[in-house]
Amino acid sequence: MSQFNTLARDGLWSNNPALVQMLGLCPLLAVTSSVVNALGLGLATLLVLVGSNVSVSLIRRHVANHLRLPAFVMIIAAFVTCADLLMQAYTFELHQILGIFIPLIVTNCAILGRADAFASKQPLLPSATDGLMMGLGFGGVLIVLGGLRELFGQGTLFANLDLLLGPVAERWQLTLFAKYDFLFLVLPPGAFFATGLLIALKNVIDARLEQRRRQQMTDKPRESRRVRVTGTIR
Amino acid sequence: MGWVLVATFPGILMLTWHFGWGVITNVVTAAGLAVGLEALMVRLRGRAPLVALRDNSALLSGVLLGISLPPGSAWWLILVGTVAAIVVAKHLFGGLGQNPFNPAMVGYALLLISFPVAMTQWLSPQGLFGPEALSLGDVLVRWAGLAEASSLDSMSGATPLDAFKHKPEAVMASEFWASDPLPAGSLAAWRSVALAWLAGGALLLYKRLITWHIPIAMLGAMLVLTTLLYAIDPSHYGSPLFHLLGGAALFGAFFIATDPVSAATSRKGKLYYGAAIGILVMLIRSAGAYPDAVAFAVLLMNFAVPFIDYYTQPRTYGHAAPQRGIRLDPIDDDQERLP
Repeated sequence: MSQFNTLARDGLWSNNPALVQMLGLCPLLAVTSSVVNALGLGLATLLVLVGSNVSVSLIRRHVANHLRLPAFVMIIAAFVTCADLLMQAYTFELHQILGIFIPLIVTNCAILGRADAFASKQPLLPSATDGLMMGLGFGGVLIVLGGLRELFGQGTLFANLDLLLGPVAERWQLTLFAKYDFLFLVLPPGAFFATGLLIALKNVIDARLEQRRRQQMTDKPRESRRVRVTGTIR
Repeated sequence: MGWVLVATFPGILMLTWHFGWGVITNVVTAAGLAVGLEALMVRLRGRAPLVALRDNSALLSGVLLGISLPPGSAWWLILVGTVAAIVVAKHLFGGLGQNPFNPAMVGYALLLISFPVAMTQWLSPQGLFGPEALSLGDVLVRWAGLAEASSLDSMSGATPLDAFKHKPEAVMASEFWASDPLPAGSLAAWRSVALAWLAGGALLLYKRLITWHIPIAMLGAMLVLTTLLYAIDPSHYGSPLFHLLGGAALFGAFFIATDPVSAATSRKGKLYYGAAIGILVMLIRSAGAYPDAVAFAVLLMNFAVPFIDYYTQPRTYGHAAPQRGIRLDPIDDDQERLP
């Protein structure tokens, strides 16, 4: 079980594809202007990531080493086509908004990276877990970023969620600041800026945790000061 | 930096003379906020604020930002710009001497893309005491953000560069100027402001705070390009004088592009840097979406400064010039090394 805990911690936090590996930045920066865009792209990426990890893991013994990357790309492209068609069928308006960035999931290095670095060397179950956790980690950052940029760029939160979740979500829009507009955060430069702040925040949290861990280690009772020639009394 | 502040006085006075008290409120607010934020950031970084403030660099950044903004800007606009300049562009990158981008121009560019309406409402040049001039009280109402939107529109007009940019394609330049497209006295006001910046720049040169390389290269590049364009098609491109004395060309050349931290350092590098800024300004002015482009041109060239510095490092006395880039004749080079 501990392996799955490690996989979860890696994907969600300590080796997060967006905040630590800094992979897949193009969609991360381009579409996170609102929660609904971020959620849509996050779900599509999650689907592709799990699918490609599972498939790559299944065929890992049957692909010649020098042909592995083209094979992985073909697999990923197939899953992206599935996601693209699914979104076109069920969430057409969101598909129109996200536009080119759905097909561009093929070029998301986070997916190819996980396929090559993890799934091609691991059995089925860990690969699927890794895909799920990495996808959740990536999607989580997308949603946080989308929320931040939507809130401080347009003053709303969860606007237009019905495009993705159906008519249930029509009234979920929260307007926190009315008549508020800060274009910088809606435009791509603001995405760079917000991502930088998120990475800084993660590093601050990590540094605090590390400090606390060290504190606890030094809080242990001191070793005995009695003079002994062999060994120490603890 | 004290003398640089002194050198901005002629320009600030001339701007105030033509555009009213709004210039003073801008500069004072931006400078005060910049100093306050600098002190805060220095403190947060665990250093002594009073020592850091003594170099006046934050004060100068604030003044330059205040000058760039449309006269009579609201306090929140200035606050956002100053935070971007001092907190983000300066201290997040490591403080004075470490910032790759010109802080004042980062603040200005952020405001320009975020609040295009507020940032293009230049007051008409009514003068300080003209019949329609805003009184200090009116300006303070605007500063507090309490002025009604309709009153803002009636007081503001296009700058000469802005008006010329939006000239319809079918209208010849001579017809355009004959149709009196600008508020009265606008062109003359902008020219005298530009000349005041030239006077301030002359003081900077006289005090040897800047070298001539960047301003001359930038203005020279603009002069050459405008002359070429004007010679090719005088009906659609502005004259060299119009471009050099309109907008922020002289202000940018002497006060913005010469920022010692973010500009190129060697003499040859400064020439390339300045000329590239001049070319970019003219490119954006004549083919881009914005009427003026000093901020964008300077920021773009700030990106290129490490590259320029790498290739223009002067030869150390007694040493051979360093080999940079692709060697054109590697075979000959190898033969020379044979014993």
